Amino acid sequence: MEKMPKWADVVLIPLISLLLAAVLSALVILAIGEDPWAALKMMVQGALGSTYGWGYTLYYATNFIFTGLAVAVAFHARMFNIGGEGQAMLGGLGVALVCLYMPWPHWTVAVIGASVVGAAFGAAWAALPAWLQAKRGSHIVITTIMFNFIASALLNYVLVNVLRPKGSMDPATAKFPAATHLPTLHELLLPLGIKFSKAAPANVSLLIALAACVFVWLLIWRTRLGYEIRAFGHSESGAKYAGISAVKITVVAMLISGALAGLMSVNTTMGEAERLVLNATEGAGFIGIAVALMGRSHPFGVLLAAILFGFLYQGGAELALWTNIPREMIVVIQALVILFTGALDNMVRMPLEKLFLSLRRKEG
Amino acid sequence: MSDVAPAIELKGISKAFGPVQANKDISIRVMPGTIHGIIGENGAGKSTLMSILYGFYKADKGEVFIHGKRTAIPDSQAAIAAGIGMVFQHFKLVENFTVLENVILGAEDGRLLRPSLAKARKELKRLAEDYGLNVDPDAVIEEIGVGMQQRVEILKALYRQADILILDEPTGVLTPAEANQLFRILDRLRAEGKTIVLITHKLREIMEITDTVSVMRRGQMTATVKTAETSPEQLAELMVGRKVLLRVDKAPAKPGAVVLDVQGLNVTDEKGVQRLKDVSLSIRAGEILGIAGVAGNGQSELLEVLGGMTRATGRITLNGEEIDLTGRHSDGQSRRARGIAHVPEDRQREGLIMDFFAWENVAFGYHRDPAYRRGVLMDNAALQEDTARKMEKFDVRPPNPWLTAKNFSGGNQQKIVVAREIERNPTLLLVGQPTRGVDIGAIEFIHNQIVALRDQGAAVLLVSVELDEILSLSDRIAVMFDGKIMGERLPGQTDAGELGLLMAGMNGRAA
Repeated sequence: MEKMPKWADVVLIPLISLLLAAVLSALVILAIGEDPWAALKMMVQGALGSTYGWGYTLYYATNFIFTGLAVAVAFHARMFNIGGEGQAMLGGLGVALVCLYMPWPHWTVAVIGASVVGAAFGAAWAALPAWLQAKRGSHIVITTIMFNFIASALLNYVLVNVLRPKGSMDPATAKFPAATHLPTLHELLLPLGIKFSKAAPANVSLLIALAACVFVWLLIWRTRLGYEIRAFGHSESGAKYAGISAVKITVVAMLISGALAGLMSVNTTMGEAERLVLNATEGAGFIGIAVALMGRSHPFGVLLAAILFGFLYQGGAELALWTNIPREMIVVIQALVILFTGALDNMVRMPLEKLFLSLRRKEG
Repeated sequence: MSDVAPAIELKGISKAFGPVQANKDISIRVMPGTIHGIIGENGAGKSTLMSILYGFYKADKGEVFIHGKRTAIPDSQAAIAAGIGMVFQHFKLVENFTVLENVILGAEDGRLLRPSLAKARKELKRLAEDYGLNVDPDAVIEEIGVGMQQRVEILKALYRQADILILDEPTGVLTPAEANQLFRILDRLRAEGKTIVLITHKLREIMEITDTVSVMRRGQMTATVKTAETSPEQLAELMVGRKVLLRVDKAPAKPGAVVLDVQGLNVTDEKGVQRLKDVSLSIRAGEILGIAGVAGNGQSELLEVLGGMTRATGRITLNGEEIDLTGRHSDGQSRRARGIAHVPEDRQREGLIMDFFAWENVAFGYHRDPAYRRGVLMDNAALQEDTARKMEKFDVRPPNPWLTAKNFSGGNQQKIVVAREIERNPTLLLVGQPTRGVDIGAIEFIHNQIVALRDQGAAVLLVSVELDEILSLSDRIAVMFDGKIMGERLPGQTDAGELGLLMAGMNGRAA
């Protein structure tokens, strides 16, 4: 017998965790002498109250969908890919090279090229840790963390010494050519008669992110490869019995994971900045871990969790802008949400399981 | 005896895990200085009951009296304080510690180890003299045999002043000779006034050493009897709840051509230990070859090599065609493609993915079968249909393809594995421990399926640590010891005694 119904696991636990995080955040805000209710209203208003707010929320959410899916795919093979950050950075490098050095007639072609190369760069950055894990047993958590630092240093070097335009003081590439500029939601929705904010950065990458959700769902639950990934993730000894190669699954799952993380840069680098800057990823690779945890490694859950974190990012920015709540406090609130939804999962789960068990016993 | 308080008295113990009632209103009395057996099938609730007595679980209801005094046992510390010691089926020893270090672990007297070690050394010497429990205190655990390790577990309990000793399936990993030694030690302990509770599912052991025996079935105590006044048949009936056929009904084998031929198989594991030493054997069509042996003598490795899980050197042919043992494609997939089906020894770690649905598990290992494929995707509908059919044929209960594997009982889990493998109509069926942790009803069923497959002309390699199973199912028996085949016997012309000697590495008679 299951300890509790499925809906409680996927809906109730995240909701309660979220509520706990909100209560604690409210106490923290209260403690510094601000009004938590006003703060919440400000966040909702700032993130969801206008198409401008939505545009930012969805822009951030797009990033988190990609990195969340990346972590989720690796999770299914029981690997903790902490390297989404580095893989996304490298993806950005790939996107920049493609946009800068290849002549593109139209954004529709450019976005395909940039996606393929960005994903390939991200996958390549995941390949070495994957190979080390598969062949040498080097722990993927350690190697991917280290690869984040290497990626950061590499990007720094490349931007300062190679890609920086002559005379520029800014460690960033030149602006991408106009033909590679991606349409924003404003441009996409205008023909449909919907007025969407011009200033918001959400762009066509959102659709790619949604497509990625569908792709990951099909991959994990409908293909033989996904079956093997899940089987391997659940039981390595079982996989061996079934003739599923541990090396193959480890490497392939990490390549897919890295590719998804790399795809994020289509949104940030090509869609928003339109050039490659330092720290283009802004920690989205790490947020992806919380998103995947909260989303139970299911693409639909990842989508919802990504939107939630997009809301927290945008709402938090508004809060910092318009109230006396300092920027650091916003980080605290985000951290509380991550802590409760990700790390403290069992704190909510155990009492709930007990509750459901005793309820069932009463029935029976 | 009536004025002496029982060493252990349980009154009305009940324990439920969710909807499962593991123990229901159980009462027993064990008199001091006796050996009390608790017998029952897997899942009957024996281990749960003992875990309550040792403080691992808290009973929902009921009381525990130790030497007539009501005692609460909230944790194992309290159990030790009450004089209860437990020897688990799976030893809880630190492999790279010495015997002495293991004995004092958790019972050190102070921050410095030296005084404790010296005290323990003296104490071990005394225990060795009193009970015949001789163990070298400076030997490292991983370097001594299983029988010795078990003695260390007993010593650990005695060092902690235990006068009640619980042994959970103590002979599962022992050779018959080691088991006899253990029983001599238990006898000595009893003579010295210790109280012993022996949990087992082996009728023979109960008859051999216990004074009284309690039978458990489905969480309930069905009877407590004096051992001298009962018989194995009566106990079996009490265990299962109906008359049991303690042997398999099968027609004589009609062996055909040689299907599997193994020559000079060698396996060395990653630690450099040679697990298989020059193993050669062959199996004909329509024949069951049983491999007897104490667990850990190379049988697992033999199955793993044949099933494609382990690399090996040597030569294996299947119907005359050589099988690749080292190549890149030497894996479970390639073996299945050749018509080798494999019921692995450990269904929970290997044979099934416990978190997968039954229908997903029915594809396990065969998930690349074109029959389960539609374009690039898996044909889940076809798979679910196939599962429903197999579940019905093999009487899997409940017959619900959408239940995860962990929600089936051990017997039904095994039926799913057996159905998946046998329904492939394999040329060669590898079976490891087909009935471990399986209730008697399912055992009969699984045995009959294996025999039916044999009668269709398949070759069957059976590995089991249950000698009775080997004797009743096999057409030929090979005994393994220390990675070698010690000899082959025909079931009609040998007995447990001779096989036991071979299993212990002694060649019973001039071959």
